[in-house]
This record gives sequence, C-alpha cells and structure tokens, in this order.
Amino acid sequence: MRALDRKLLRDLWHMRGMAAAISLVLIGGISTFVMSRITYESLQATQARYYIDQRFADVFVNLVRAPESVAAQFAELPGVNQVETRVVAPLNLEIEGYDDPITGRIVSLPEVGVPRLNVPLLRRGRLPLARADDEIAVSEDFAAAHDLQPGDRIVAIIRGHRKRLDIVGIALSPEYMYAIPPGAMFPDYERYGILWMNRKALATAYDMDGAFNDVSFSLQRGASERDIIDRVDLVLKRYGGLGAYAREDQFSHRFITEELRGLETMATIFPVIFLGVAAFLLNVVVSRLVATEREQIGTLKAFGYSTRQVAAHYIKLVLAITACGLAAGVALGLWFAKGLSGIYQEFYSFPYLQFQLDPVVLLQAVAVTVLAALVGTVFAVQRAAALPPAEGMRPEPPPVYRATLLERIGLHQRLAEPSRMIVRHIARHPFKAGLTMLGIATACGILMMTNFQRDAIGWMVGVQYGLSSREDLTVTFTDPTPQRALYSLQDLEGVTHAEGFRTVPARLVYGHRSHRTSVNGIEPFGELQRVLDATLRPVVIPAAGVVLTEYLAHEILRIAPGDMLTIEVLEGSRPVLRVPVVGTTRQYLGVNAYMSREALNQLMREGPALSGARLAVDGARQVGLYADLRTMPRVAGTIVRETAIQQFNEMMEETILYFTFITALLGGFIAFGVVYNSARIALSERSRELASLRVLGFTRGEVAYILLGEIGLLTLLAIPLGFLFGTALSGYLALAFSSDLYRIPLIIAPATYALAAAIVLVSFALTSALIWRRLARLDLIEVLKTRE
Amino acid sequence: MNSQVVFQARGLSKVYRMGEVEVVALRSVDLDLLAGEFVVLLGPSGSGKSTLLNILGGLDTATSGHVKYSGKDLTVANDRELTAFRRDHVGFVFQFYNLIPSLTARENVAAVTEIASRPMRPEQALELVGMGKRLDHFPAQLSGGEQQRVAIARAIAKNPAVLLCDEPTGALDSITGIVVLEALERANRELGTTTVVITHNMVIAEMADRVIRLADGQIAGTECNETRKAPAELHW
Repeated sequence: MRALDRKLLRDLWHMRGMAAAISLVLIGGISTFVMSRITYESLQATQARYYIDQRFADVFVNLVRAPESVAAQFAELPGVNQVETRVVAPLNLEIEGYDDPITGRIVSLPEVGVPRLNVPLLRRGRLPLARADDEIAVSEDFAAAHDLQPGDRIVAIIRGHRKRLDIVGIALSPEYMYAIPPGAMFPDYERYGILWMNRKALATAYDMDGAFNDVSFSLQRGASERDIIDRVDLVLKRYGGLGAYAREDQFSHRFITEELRGLETMATIFPVIFLGVAAFLLNVVVSRLVATEREQIGTLKAFGYSTRQVAAHYIKLVLAITACGLAAGVALGLWFAKGLSGIYQEFYSFPYLQFQLDPVVLLQAVAVTVLAALVGTVFAVQRAAALPPAEGMRPEPPPVYRATLLERIGLHQRLAEPSRMIVRHIARHPFKAGLTMLGIATACGILMMTNFQRDAIGWMVGVQYGLSSREDLTVTFTDPTPQRALYSLQDLEGVTHAEGFRTVPARLVYGHRSHRTSVNGIEPFGELQRVLDATLRPVVIPAAGVVLTEYLAHEILRIAPGDMLTIEVLEGSRPVLRVPVVGTTRQYLGVNAYMSREALNQLMREGPALSGARLAVDGARQVGLYADLRTMPRVAGTIVRETAIQQFNEMMEETILYFTFITALLGGFIAFGVVYNSARIALSERSRELASLRVLGFTRGEVAYILLGEIGLLTLLAIPLGFLFGTALSGYLALAFSSDLYRIPLIIAPATYALAAAIVLVSFALTSALIWRRLARLDLIEVLKTRE
Repeated sequence: MNSQVVFQARGLSKVYRMGEVEVVALRSVDLDLLAGEFVVLLGPSGSGKSTLLNILGGLDTATSGHVKYSGKDLTVANDRELTAFRRDHVGFVFQFYNLIPSLTARENVAAVTEIASRPMRPEQALELVGMGKRLDHFPAQLSGGEQQRVAIARAIAKNPAVLLCDEPTGALDSITGIVVLEALERANRELGTTTVVITHNMVIAEMADRVIRLADGQIAGTECNETRKAPAELHW
C-alpha cells in the first residue's frame, strides 16, 4: 500500500467522529430518497400488475335498468374489446353485536365461470357455486374489520327484504380498493362492505331479472375512450344511463391514483430537497475540512507532489466518507421502504407488492451526492494548492479584523472581550458564517416542512367538520325522494334538526374545459351544511345561480362569477342547463357546485325532491335511531360524522404521517450533522488560537464560550431564517399537492415552529457536550513550541 | 569539489503583502551556488533568508529578477515544472519538520521516495541519519531531534541535487542540534549534495564551505572557510 493511502486510512480513523456526522447528513438525504422512490415505484408497479391480472375495466357506466338484450349492441361498438353487464345494488347489513349502521354494495358474478372484467381476487375460501342463491364473497377489509370467516353468516337487507347469506369466500377487487360509502369522503371498512353474489340470486332480490344496471368495458388498443363513452351514452339514453366514464374517473382508481400522485410528489420533492440540502452541506463541510489541511497540502507539494496527486488523495478521502454515508443511507432507505410500502399495501388493499426500484434513479442520487462532494473537495484543494507551498506551510497570516459596526455604534461597552471576539470573528468571515447559518437554516426548514402537513390536515378537518359539515348523521336515499321524507326523519326519536339536500351528478362545462362532479342543492340558511367564503365565514346561497369551489372555478374550469356555466346533468332525463356563476367558496376537500335546493329542483323540473338529509342528533338516542333508519327502505346509507373524522385521522396517521415521521427523523439527522460539523471544523480551524488563550489563563469555560458562543449565535440567527425557508418549502408542497380531491392550506402551527427550533437547539446542545470534551484535550504545549 | 554553478540568482526581489502591510523581503540579490558546496545563510530574523531559500527551492515565486537552476530559469516555470523540479532535484528540511503525523518514520520517507525518479530505500535513508532503529514510530512518538532526522532522511532519500534546510536546528537543543548537523554533513560529504542551511546561529557557520550573510533583504557579505569544522567540534 502506498504511503499516502496509509495516511488516508489513518486520517479517516482519526476523523471518524466528523466522518460519522457527515455520513449522518448523507444518510438523511439518501435514505429519504431511496425510501420514497422505492415506495412510489413499487406501488405504481403493483397497481399496474394488479389491474392487468384482474382485468380491470377501461370504461364504466351505471344505469337505471336495461334488458340483457341491449348488451349485444355494446359488443358491436367499434373499439370495444370485452363487455361485462352486472347487477349492482346498495344494501344494508346486520352483524350480530354491532350496532352502528352498516351499508354496502353487492355486485353480481356471472352464473357460470369467471367474470370477463373486474375479476375479484379470491383470498380465502371460494366464490359462490353456480346456482347457489344465498352464498356470497365479502371484501377482505370488511371481513377483517368484523373478523368474518368463510362459514359465517350475515343478514343483508336488499330493497327492504331481509336475507340471510352464507360467507363462502373473502376477496379483493381493483374496483373497490378504496371503498367509500356514497356521500362520504373516506373509506370506512367497518361500516361499508363490498359483497359478491351470483347474478341470478341478486337479480331476483333486486328485481333485475333478465336486466342489468351496470356495465364495464375493456377497450382495444388505440380505441378512443371519448368516442366509446359517447356511443355508450347514446345506447343507454332510453335506459336511464347515468353517464359512462373512463377508468380515470372511476372512484377507487381515481383516489388511488391521486394518492399515488401525492406520494409521487412527496417522493420527488422530499428527496430532492433532502438530497439538495445534504449535497450542499457535504460540499461546505468537505471544502472546510480540506481547507484545514492547508499545511499538509503545502508539505506534500514541497516534496514534489503535484496538485493533481494531492487532489486525488483528498478526493479518495472524501469519497471514502461519502461511500460510508451512501451505503448506510441506501440500507436504511431500503429498510424504511419495506416498512412504508407494507403500510401502503395494506392501506390500499393490494394483494401483493411488487418491490421495485429503478437503478437509474438510484444512480442519479449517488451521482448528485458524489458530485457535490467532489466539487467541494476539488475547489478546496485547488485553493490550498494554488498558494506557493512556502506560504501554504505557514499558518495563515493574521486576518484583518476591524471594529464591527456593532462596536462603532457604541454597543461594545456592553460586550466583554470574549463576546467581542465572537462578533469580530463572525464579521471577519461573513461568508463562512453565512454558510453555517444557511446550513442550519435549511435543516430547520426541512424539519418544519415534514411537520407542516400534520397542521394543515388538522386545519382541513377543523374547517370541513367544524365549520362546513356540522351534522351528526347524513342519510342518503336510494333515489330522489319527495320532501315529506324529511318530515318523517324529523319525527324520529332523537333527531333534533334535519335539513334535506339534493345531489345531482353532472358534468360542468365552460369553454373547452369540463369536470365531472355533483351539483349540491342545499338549504340557503342551513345550519348543518354551510358554504364558506375565503375568510371561512358562511355564505348565503343566492336564490338563483351556482356557487363553485374556488379550485374548481379558478384552476379547473377557469370561470369567474358572472360567467355562464353549462351543467350536463347525468341522471334522469339528463337535461343540459345553463346557470350563471354567482360566487366561489373555500373548500379543502373535494370540488363541488352549490345551489339553493329549490332552484336546483326547479331546474331539474321536479317537485321538492331530496337525495338525502343531514341530521343533528341527540347523542343518547343514537343507537335506537340507527335501528329506526335501518327499517326505512329508501335509506341507502348513513354516515356518522364522528366516525368520518376518526376514519380520516386514522388514514392520515397511517400514510402521510408515517412518512413525515420518518422524514422528520432524518431531518433531525441532518440538523445534528450540520451543527456538529460546523462546530467541529471551527474547532480544527481555531484550535491553535484557543489553546493560546488557555495558555494565557483563560478557563476551559471561557474558551468554550468563544467557540460555542459563535456557533450558538449563528444557530439562533439561523432559526428565524429556517422558519422562512420552511414556510417557503411548505407553501411549495401545498401547491404541489393541490388536486380536485383536496387542497392543503398553508397552515403552520406554533408547535411546528417550536419543534423545528427545538431539534436544532438540541443538536446544538449535543454538539456543545461533544466539543466540551474535545476542548479538554487541547494541546497547550504544542502551541508554545511551534511557530508564530 | 568541482565548481559547476548549480543555482544562479540575479536581481532577485520579493515583496509580501501581509494583510494590509507590505513587506520587502529581498532587494535585488545576486548569488551563485556551486555543486557539492555546503553553504550557510546567516542573518537575523526578517533578513530574507527563508524567502531566498524558498525561491531557490521553487516553493515561492520572486516578485522580480531571475533564478536559474542548471541553466533553467525557475522564475518563468509554471506550477507543473516547479513541481517536477522539487520532486526530482530538491530536498527540503524545515524548522518544524513538517512530518505527516499519520505516517510512521518509514512511511514519511516512503511518501517521497514513491514519487522520486531515482530514490534510495527509505530504510537506507533513515540508517544514514541514525534512525534505522525507529522505522515504525509515528512523529508523535519521536523527540524533536529524531523528527528532524526523519525529515532529513526524507529530504535526502530522493538523492536530490540540492538540500535546502531552513533553521534545521532552530527548535532543538545544542546536543540534539549537533546530531542533526552531523546527519546533514554526512549527506553532503557522502552523497555530494549541494547543501544550503539557514541559521541565525553563527557557530554553525564554522562547518560551512561558504558563509553568506544577509541583512535587510540584501547580501551583506560572503566569507569562505579555509577548513570546515566537524559538527562535533561546535558548541553553543
């Protein structure tokens, strides 16, 4: 082994503490990167494979009822590959010992053989036998929530008829990965179940014999979705078609895709920021590290080593440190990715997980890191080697110190000598001090960004359920129901207040832009559902015209109040309406159009019909009320607000917050790495000066004050800077996450600021403890002996 | 002793900027150094000795004037040429040894022999300065005199044409200093290396062929010794 390589190994061992701190920064960057990318890519690959395996359809349509003979017309449509007609029905379920209302959806299976499309994936047991009329398969999540096994029985109420059903199998389907009850926003596996049953048995129970009310299509390669949707709608016009839609509008797919998009955003932004910060810090740390080797560089050059050879030596040193950080970062990232993708797999009900990572992406991360390290090293070596060796071997000339501005304006009388040294040292090296501050500030900013989502989500839930949707229960009807249903709800024991609403599925069109959502007719002076303005104050819905969610108006349709909106209603006689936009409303979850219910009924040319009602309920009577609601044949579903909030929090807890917990942890690594390195390098740079002070009679405490006081001052100054940076990052994140499903407001709680600052300060405290020990080992004799 | 000129300096000047202060270190120095010669540069601190030595060794550049080494002008050489010059022709010994702390005595010498064109073995060089028994000690395990002898071994191991020593005994007591000077004298005698030693210690001048006095950046006088004293005969 060459002598210089030996020097390298021994130097590495000697600076192991600092190397570990540098590695820590890298581990933070790389493992966030690896974890996010693998999780995202694996889930995406899994989704694609799952869809292919289960033959997930491309186009879907629901309708009121069409005779089976119509199906032949679909097969004729150009571009259509497979067609599957089904009967799909809402139902209520009863499980012994469970009082909350359970609703669900029951889907028909072909009498013989496997479905052509949307094949349920059997997890346990079997599918219903041919001609069995009381056998069902249930969705795995629902089964797990109630601990249902093949062999158990449950009671279903379909169209008011009670029927005992035998569970024979547990299954999953790409169609219902994200099973959300009608009118709800989040999955609720306890209170909403998906069931599969033979077509004939279901058709009999749902009065659909020889008919269907749901069709799915797969398309030939290159076929136009839009074209087929139009043709399907045309065929189904007379059968009460509710508007065909493409896979991208299929609810479960849409939600999963949106979630994956959110994950992709996180998997892109987080690692890029983390890696960027880590690379920047690595660059700074490495260049300062090399700068402290100035004398050795001078010596090597004096003996005839070329600048290139010296640079190669330090590059090897830095690469060795970087390699440690990279290896540990990749390993930790893989480990976190396993855990995180496992959580997502369970959350999205993927039956399996295809673990995947694009090596190119990993190489990019490695390249960025190594490049940052190399640039820092080469730059510093160049600078050190550019000096004539004679000068390099001399200690740096005493830098030019000046009385600082602070002193010139007279504040110095308040500062003791050591404090003056701190201030002057910072003023003398503004660039170095700036970099240290910037490093600490970025770490602080990252920490804020990771916690900001928790605050924003808390705020969203508060606005949604505290200010906007304030009911205790939401009841949805199977189909539009006359207003007197509201009175019977009001008469139920335990109901203190009821407000009816009318919801109409529709495509909103303005110019060439359109969006599929629902138009909600609500009570203009309602107490239970309110529409909020930008300052979150309730808005009174005008007697005519439509109010749109801000995001829908500004970002999706680009329509302004005063413009005429076209509403293509997707139910009943499917009228096309033109309505003026009269305002916008702030809403974080979903996008909708709101009208006065009366105005909507008039536009629909119907009497005062309701799609459902929101109820305020006396908590003590809630259980009895559920039983009453179950017996009402028109009630399709009941959503309990409290559980909705709980569901939402659980969902967030499981996904985003796990992610942010890990990133916060890694952000902590970075914060500590930066602070420790800054202090440690400052110690190397100034050990001679500090030792001289010790010789002059300064105590260890006083010397520590001069060194740590400077880092501490910079840390304190960096924190507000970090707040600014963190706010900017959070704002960017909020923007990147915006979609029609939700918008994240830029809300940062004081606790988030406090936590970020606390982690930085704890890093400083730890650093101080470590530096304090090092100060005890300052070599005073060496200072007396050597030059100057 | 042949009288071939190794170094020829003409009108050499050097001005330093130390922070805000301008320091004139050399003022138009003319100097010739002959092959195999043992020269002592004598002068008080600040007289410009180190600056002259550093420029001769290609460690520093002159502000004006020329230095020729074996007919080649060093003042117009670029970094690569100066590096090659130092690597192949010059050995340095510094007042504070400048050993690499993380390498042993043998490895410190090897670090230089590995890049030299016709080096001796590190062990041989260390033997020559009486350090053959302490090959595997780290600098921190050696006394000042021992460290300096390792530094001398490192300088002569490449078989340089010139050995430039800046206050080699400056940090040492007289007994240790004499051991170090013996090592230098032996290298000069046995290898025929042109040796320049900077010192402000007049006693050391007695072991030189030629003594050049510097004062205030200029040559104040040159003396030749009829006979060179052996280091063992010196006392201070």
